[in-house]
Amino acid sequence: MVTALTRVFGVHNIALAEDAVQDTFCRALEVWKFRGVPENPSAWLMATAKNRAIDILRRERTARTFAPELGRLLESEWTLTTVVEECFGANEMKDDLLRMMFSCCNPRLPEEAQVALILNILCGFSVSEVSGAFVSTRAAIEKRIVRAKKLLAASKTLFDVASVAEFSARLPSVHRALYLLFTEGYHGASAEKAVRVELCREAMRLTAVLLEHPLGRTPVTYALAALTSLHAARLPTRVDAFGDLSALVDQDRSQWDQGLVAEGLKFLELSATGAELSEYHIDAAIASMHARALRLEDTDWGAIVSLYDTLMTIRPSPIIALNRAIAVAQHEGPDRGLMEIHSIADSTRLATYPFYFAACGELELRRGRREAAREHFRAALALARNEMERRFLDRRLNACT
Amino acid sequence: MSEFTYLFRGRETTASPEQMQKTMEKWVAWFKELGAKGHIKDPGHPLEHTGKVVKGKQKIVNDGPYAEAKDVVGGYTVIEATDILQAVELSKGCPILEVGGSVEVRPIQKFNL
Repeated sequence: MVTALTRVFGVHNIALAEDAVQDTFCRALEVWKFRGVPENPSAWLMATAKNRAIDILRRERTARTFAPELGRLLESEWTLTTVVEECFGANEMKDDLLRMMFSCCNPRLPEEAQVALILNILCGFSVSEVSGAFVSTRAAIEKRIVRAKKLLAASKTLFDVASVAEFSARLPSVHRALYLLFTEGYHGASAEKAVRVELCREAMRLTAVLLEHPLGRTPVTYALAALTSLHAARLPTRVDAFGDLSALVDQDRSQWDQGLVAEGLKFLELSATGAELSEYHIDAAIASMHARALRLEDTDWGAIVSLYDTLMTIRPSPIIALNRAIAVAQHEGPDRGLMEIHSIADSTRLATYPFYFAACGELELRRGRREAAREHFRAALALARNEMERRFLDRRLNACT
Repeated sequence: MSEFTYLFRGRETTASPEQMQKTMEKWVAWFKELGAKGHIKDPGHPLEHTGKVVKGKQKIVNDGPYAEAKDVVGGYTVIEATDILQAVELSKGCPILEVGGSVEVRPIQKFNL
């Protein structure tokens, strides 16, 4: 709704659009108190927002300038209503969503601010919900969002999704932001919950919107869609019946969402064209190896190790090196795995990552060195970022005795 | 059965969207209950919080009403009850009372000719 209103008001009037949405919402609640909630509340809200937009445009036509690209069409009473109607139509709404998505991914904004802005404007998360998603204080997030909106408003026009060159240039930032949004939900460091399905779902919804646009439908977007679907398929088992984190090796594979697996594999196939091999391709391919293995022992660890090797050449990072080492351990045993862990080049960056120590603990335990394993799990426990991680590591620690 | 009007005064001015939604749901539940017992004659409407006040022989038009938020009539409903005691009793379930508002219960004057 904010995106459609911003489209007619112009991006510099984003605050006005947000006020109008707030106002629409308040009015709706007042009326519903007396008349009950209508059968289709969102359609009702849309219609109300549309009328509100027309009111505001009429009233403030002389005082403000609205969307410059719609310019004169909004000035004439003959075209005003039609233009607004169009902006609220289903297809236009999707385009508006894309325009806003690309506008949010302005390279002049830090990546975290881009994701915060997407959550706030496109996903309708309140500031406190966004700060919950980022494990940050409300004040800090509010500042970040306000600053980002100022930059957005200063640009006067929304991103032009019709320009092929600009679209392709901005697309990688959009991919990155959607990927971060997804992983924040999947591996997030939230204080209360280790998995926030709603963030994953939003990332998947926006990726689907991207796939509907002819310019957005690239092999890399397909790879991103594959990777999110394949990971999301495992969401039902990432947390067990007690709300505790569950390791990949312990997961009940019959609970994986086979519909999402099939969809993910289809996306992966569609992504396999063109010359570009992105990190999302590899990430999706690794996820597909797990998804295909109906039993843990069916996993092709050798193939996974070589996929990690490729990933290390595209996007080297200590976390990926750690995951690679774990795959090596599955493939060639804990001794080799530990050697790989100890040879990670930039391991100081892992010094605060609880799962680095957890991995060391796991492998020591497998080698039968219980005392060393305990040490590692204790170190991991001290670094745990939420209650779920704490309970998970506590269980592993107890497994050493 | 006699008819009564409920005039709802007062509104929440500092509620979060989540709180407002909860309040709305309470209202819907309250209306549903009244309706199920056959007390709703006309659910009525919420009123905008501002408007115009026309006054005196000179018909002076002012913006208004400029009362405090707690005194502004925010909506009305027409109900049916056996007597004012029952109408008052029924009004006690109104969620507006939980947020510092009030319900004014007024019998509607009717002449059966």
